[in-house]
Amino acid sequence: MNIDELQSLARTVRARVISTSSRTQTPHLGSCLSCVDILVAAYFHGLHLEPKKPRDADRDRFILSKGHGAPALFQVLAMRGFYPESLLDSYGEDGGLFAEHPPAPKHLPGIEAATGSLGHGLPMGLGMALAARIQKRDYRVIALLSDGECNEGSVWEAAMMAGAQKIGNLMVVVDFNKWQATGRSEDILALSPLADKWRAFGWDATEIDGHDMRALMEIMSRPLRNRDKPLAFIAHTVKGKGVSFMEDDNNWHYRIPNDEEVLRAHRELGVTP
Amino acid sequence: MRNAFADEITKLGMADPRVVLLSGDIGNKLFDKFKQHNEERFFNCGVAEANMMGVAAGMALSGQRPVIYTITPFTTTRCYEQIRVDACYHNAPVIIVGTGSGLSYAELGPTHHSCEDLAIMRVLPNLTVLAPADEVELRLCLRAALELDGPTYMRIGKKGEPVNHSTPPAFAIGRAITVRDGTDACLISTGTVLAVATGAADILAAQGIRARVESFHTVKPLDQDTLSEVFERFAVVGVVEEHSRIGGLGGAVAEWLAARGGARGRLVSFGTSDEFMPEIGSQHYARARYGLTAKNIAGKLADVLHHSGL
Repeated sequence: MNIDELQSLARTVRARVISTSSRTQTPHLGSCLSCVDILVAAYFHGLHLEPKKPRDADRDRFILSKGHGAPALFQVLAMRGFYPESLLDSYGEDGGLFAEHPPAPKHLPGIEAATGSLGHGLPMGLGMALAARIQKRDYRVIALLSDGECNEGSVWEAAMMAGAQKIGNLMVVVDFNKWQATGRSEDILALSPLADKWRAFGWDATEIDGHDMRALMEIMSRPLRNRDKPLAFIAHTVKGKGVSFMEDDNNWHYRIPNDEEVLRAHRELGVTP
Repeated sequence: MRNAFADEITKLGMADPRVVLLSGDIGNKLFDKFKQHNEERFFNCGVAEANMMGVAAGMALSGQRPVIYTITPFTTTRCYEQIRVDACYHNAPVIIVGTGSGLSYAELGPTHHSCEDLAIMRVLPNLTVLAPADEVELRLCLRAALELDGPTYMRIGKKGEPVNHSTPPAFAIGRAITVRDGTDACLISTGTVLAVATGAADILAAQGIRARVESFHTVKPLDQDTLSEVFERFAVVGVVEEHSRIGGLGGAVAEWLAARGGARGRLVSFGTSDEFMPEIGSQHYARARYGLTAKNIAGKLADVLHHSGL
């Protein structure tokens, strides 16, 4: 897919996430919209995987460690062909498959780890990356974290061990949208300087624009062979990205859009999902 | 026991390339042999147990069979959410070993005691909970746990525990081992305190009371067949564990008994009290403080037998 197609796809994902949020009364819209471009670049450009063989031993592993972004991931996995898009009709229904966070892998193809409790995805991803080294496989492991998630001590425990192990096939992307549930992530805990923190733990760290599709395509397809250091990208993003009245407004961490807001959002995105 | 663990995991590691050993910065020199043979499969994860548990789960989901080893509180209470979510919810075949369980580290103080681990671990879905009595059972438990497709918790002792089995007994997870036959009462014991239970049976034998002794190396799944048999056959069944009387094997048996609508046998629980031990002392001293001695157990059992008119 070329860059225009990926950008168009990202708009469609955003529109679908918004209407699903409204229909199913599912929160975390702002957090979903901030990471849509990252997910699209990963699943439609960079990751080596085959949706028909979701447990293939050599696949790249992508872990949505910020599990509350699941509503966006569920749309992306369906569009990528891991399961029929019609399955999403049961979203939020009693007895359905889709919780507000990713379930254990056996419940849904394409999911690598059940997240939602923050700070779990990176340690598990590190374990997967180390297993590749033991088995002499070439797969990459990419974990998408939120800035608020970097409050968790286990993130830094894993960062230290990854640094000590000089594990080259592990990549972190931090969806740095500057907010966490109840306030600015810079104010709640001392997050800055975020890139330098990762460097201090033995990682290569680079800051990027987390909505620049070309930059995201490049990092998601980057080969990680023969590296002796884990790699972190601090992706500067906007919470609620793509819809003017949601952008950088933390109310949309929990707010559910009404019918009129859904229409306005779709109009802005130029998409009828 | 820890030396037997190191020896057995070294053998298993050489035979099975899936085996990975993760240590939380303990076991100085204990794993030198494992490292010598399987250097790329040994990880000192440092004093960072939450990460260690997540790493193990990630490895298990990628085809390895990780075995985690550190002191019991640090591999249970310290990283409980990682056990619950990463290991148990994913049903990842991780073996979590807690060393120095119960009151093994009595003299180190309550930070190093573990008298609540069986309670919090057995409530977790998918988790098998083991407490071998000695190094013979430990080796059997470890081998059997490696055959499982889900996570296992195994609490073990420290060092110098008496060996109860002169030859390896028939073994299956979830099936208790009859250590001694008896006709008058029964003691079911889990973990290294088994030697105390057999000591109590010796004292009872001298009084003409023949007590059967069962080693419940598996706390979950509970061996309901053996429980049904002994609670119908004997007027008194004592549960012996180096663990709180709340929530451990005694608790599991009480739940089972209540749900069953009772039985002929009366349950008597021996274990630690609902407190952090306020004094320092040896394991021997600490056991005695909570009545985990052969003499106390034998005395209580004999009392109950007499009062039940048998």
